[in-house]
Amino acid sequence: MDPLLLSRIQFGANISFHILFPAITISLGWFLLFFKWRYNRTGDEAWMRAYFTWVKVFALSFALGVVSGVTMTFQFGTNWPGFMETVGNIAGPLLGYEVLTAFFLEAVFLGIMLFGFRKVSNRVHTLATFLVAFGTTMSAFWILALNSWMQTPAGFEMRDGVAYATDWWAVIFNPSFPYRLIHMLLASGLTAAFLVAGFSALRHLAGDRSESMWKALRTGIAVGAVLIPLQIFAGDQHGLNTLEHQPAKVAAMEANWETRSNVPLVLFALPDEAAKENRYELAIPNGASLILRHSASGVVPGLDQFEGEHPPVMPVFWAFRIMVGVGLAMLLFSWAGAFYLFRRGTLPKPLALVLVPMALSGWVGVLAGWYTTEIGRQPWLVTGVLKTADAVGPVAGGHVALTLAGYLALYAVLLVVYLGVLIHMALKAAREGDRSPSPASGDHAMSQPMQAGE
Amino acid sequence: MILDWPTLLPLIFAGLMGVSILLYVILDGFDLGIGILFTGADDAEKDTMIAAIGPFWDANETWLVLAVGLLLVAFPVAHGVILTALYLPVFVLLLGLILRGVAFDFRAKVPVHRKGRWNMLFFAGSLLAALAQGYMLGIYVLGLQQGLPAMGFALLTAICLTAAYAAMGAAWLIYKTEGALQEKAVRWLRRALVLTVAGMGAVSLATPLASPRIFDKWFAWPQMALLAPLPVVSGLLFLWLWRISGKLPAEGDAHSLKPFIALALIFAAGFGGLAYSFYPYVVPERMTIWEAAAATDSLAFILIGTAFVLPVILGYTIYAYRVFGGKAVDLSYD
Repeated sequence: MDPLLLSRIQFGANISFHILFPAITISLGWFLLFFKWRYNRTGDEAWMRAYFTWVKVFALSFALGVVSGVTMTFQFGTNWPGFMETVGNIAGPLLGYEVLTAFFLEAVFLGIMLFGFRKVSNRVHTLATFLVAFGTTMSAFWILALNSWMQTPAGFEMRDGVAYATDWWAVIFNPSFPYRLIHMLLASGLTAAFLVAGFSALRHLAGDRSESMWKALRTGIAVGAVLIPLQIFAGDQHGLNTLEHQPAKVAAMEANWETRSNVPLVLFALPDEAAKENRYELAIPNGASLILRHSASGVVPGLDQFEGEHPPVMPVFWAFRIMVGVGLAMLLFSWAGAFYLFRRGTLPKPLALVLVPMALSGWVGVLAGWYTTEIGRQPWLVTGVLKTADAVGPVAGGHVALTLAGYLALYAVLLVVYLGVLIHMALKAAREGDRSPSPASGDHAMSQPMQAGE
Repeated sequence: MILDWPTLLPLIFAGLMGVSILLYVILDGFDLGIGILFTGADDAEKDTMIAAIGPFWDANETWLVLAVGLLLVAFPVAHGVILTALYLPVFVLLLGLILRGVAFDFRAKVPVHRKGRWNMLFFAGSLLAALAQGYMLGIYVLGLQQGLPAMGFALLTAICLTAAYAAMGAAWLIYKTEGALQEKAVRWLRRALVLTVAGMGAVSLATPLASPRIFDKWFAWPQMALLAPLPVVSGLLFLWLWRISGKLPAEGDAHSLKPFIALALIFAAGFGGLAYSFYPYVVPERMTIWEAAAATDSLAFILIGTAFVLPVILGYTIYAYRVFGGKAVDLSYD
């Protein structure tokens, strides 16, 4: 069995599983801070109940993110030693700073945030919530700096086949980094927003009309409705940045086989790499030229310019379309939700029924987007510096096949259990009502505000 | 040796990596140990045991990420060599860590009738992770050898480290619990200590025999005299621990933290001995820390951050331990 392909599938499986959870926690931390802040300001216990519900989801997602993240740090060494040998001087410090400035911050204050409400003052508890949210965001900062550097490397020189940093500022703030960071943070915001909205919609369907459910539902819908137009704009800007720095990726995204003007926007097609053409194509004339060059006669580079050096077309083309499709669905349903919730003050049943599966729309969008950009970087691991095939390790194919099977089985089980627990939690909350103890009661001494604004 | 940056930086990073591995072994050691001890506890005790580690385990595991991270940052070539050689044990370790990490959360959130299943997986994951770490240590001590004798030696270190973790877990429980569970923890501690001493003795004897280089480093004059305190102090600590644990639990909960501290010191001594045996190699017998080191610029860049951040991390870690100090009470999110 081919260790290269198996290692790629294994890394892809590991990182796909991993990203699901940070995509939630990066933003859910800020949701929690918002709930906590509203409680501090208004003294309304429903905000604190929303906090207690979502802090459990956070704990669960965070645990899955941690354990799958630990796996990632080992994967570089076990399967891709060539990566660290070639660009270790750059990747190492970026990963190191992630652990130092983010990992510890999240992990240590998570304990206080989860279990410390009655152990520390309200102010320290709010601070712990903030530090956890800040830590997860810093984590995203460093990881995306590294990933962006792999896409658009800058600030380094090659000596004897090894990369050496010449300008750390340029390494971190490489050309695609600001776009990718914003795009991903918004994606995380949308993932959490739709998760919160969908989970609350499930409670609504199960008959729950508690104030904490309404508060979480409104927050989720409002955040989703505000972020999605921003995301569409940010995504467009990111695409233009990719056209400038990684034109082969954009050519594959658009399945554009030849460099020309008046390139159509392909809505549907089955790209055929052997024949270098699209089958069953459905396209809008001049569409791609208009989007990418803002002019119908704009010349867009095609795959013919990158013979033998471009990514596989079919997966990139389709992953991109799935991502865009998810974005449009998010726009539609978050705005519909905002209209009913904020104008009519109700949630019609059909809309609730749609919002429940939309709880996972962020996951689909995030994965499709990452597949677009990561497969779109192939055959390079680090663009122009290191090919994926040259980084793979000497481990036998049989061993990789064995561990891959193990990971896939484990991840499948964990995913089912995770979703099962979320559904169980939502239905239990609906069945038992708001039974979490009032934040201002309980056995332990505490120093929580009893009155609004205290 | 000339003391310039290219010489010093790899040394500093080897030291930092050593410190984070030691902290990991001590800190995650006790929560892995508690997972291993799960097998002998009833349901109510399990909840208390979880409460004794709940606020800490995430941060404890982060020291492993830092240790592997530093290996990756400071010695990128060695990172690849070591981890490809340990491919399957690393997988078992990760499997164990994943299982126990998720079981920790799932056991409290799944419907009640499924809790037993996740308790079981918490035990199994902790045991697997401990065994895999011990096994990797054994293979590493022997210079990443393959073959049956190396596997035999590695199985020995695996059992020894697992027993030592169980002892750590028991010692932590003595500190964090009271009543019947505390008495049970004392019995666990004494049983695990017997295994740990036997295992550590066997490993200490086998290591110089298995590696001529390590033999030469230890049994030469005057190193022998200088190194003598390590085994002597460890032995005395074991004896003291054995005596004091016979009197526990004591009036007014006296001495309850002492077993844990004694074990941590024994771990540090054993770790010091290992570090001495390996120096200056990062891949035993094959690659020194200077041969494997990353570029000086990169090391300097990360060292600046480390110098500022590490004391802060230590500070807020101590703070978190103080917030959750005292006897464990049932965990609740509110």
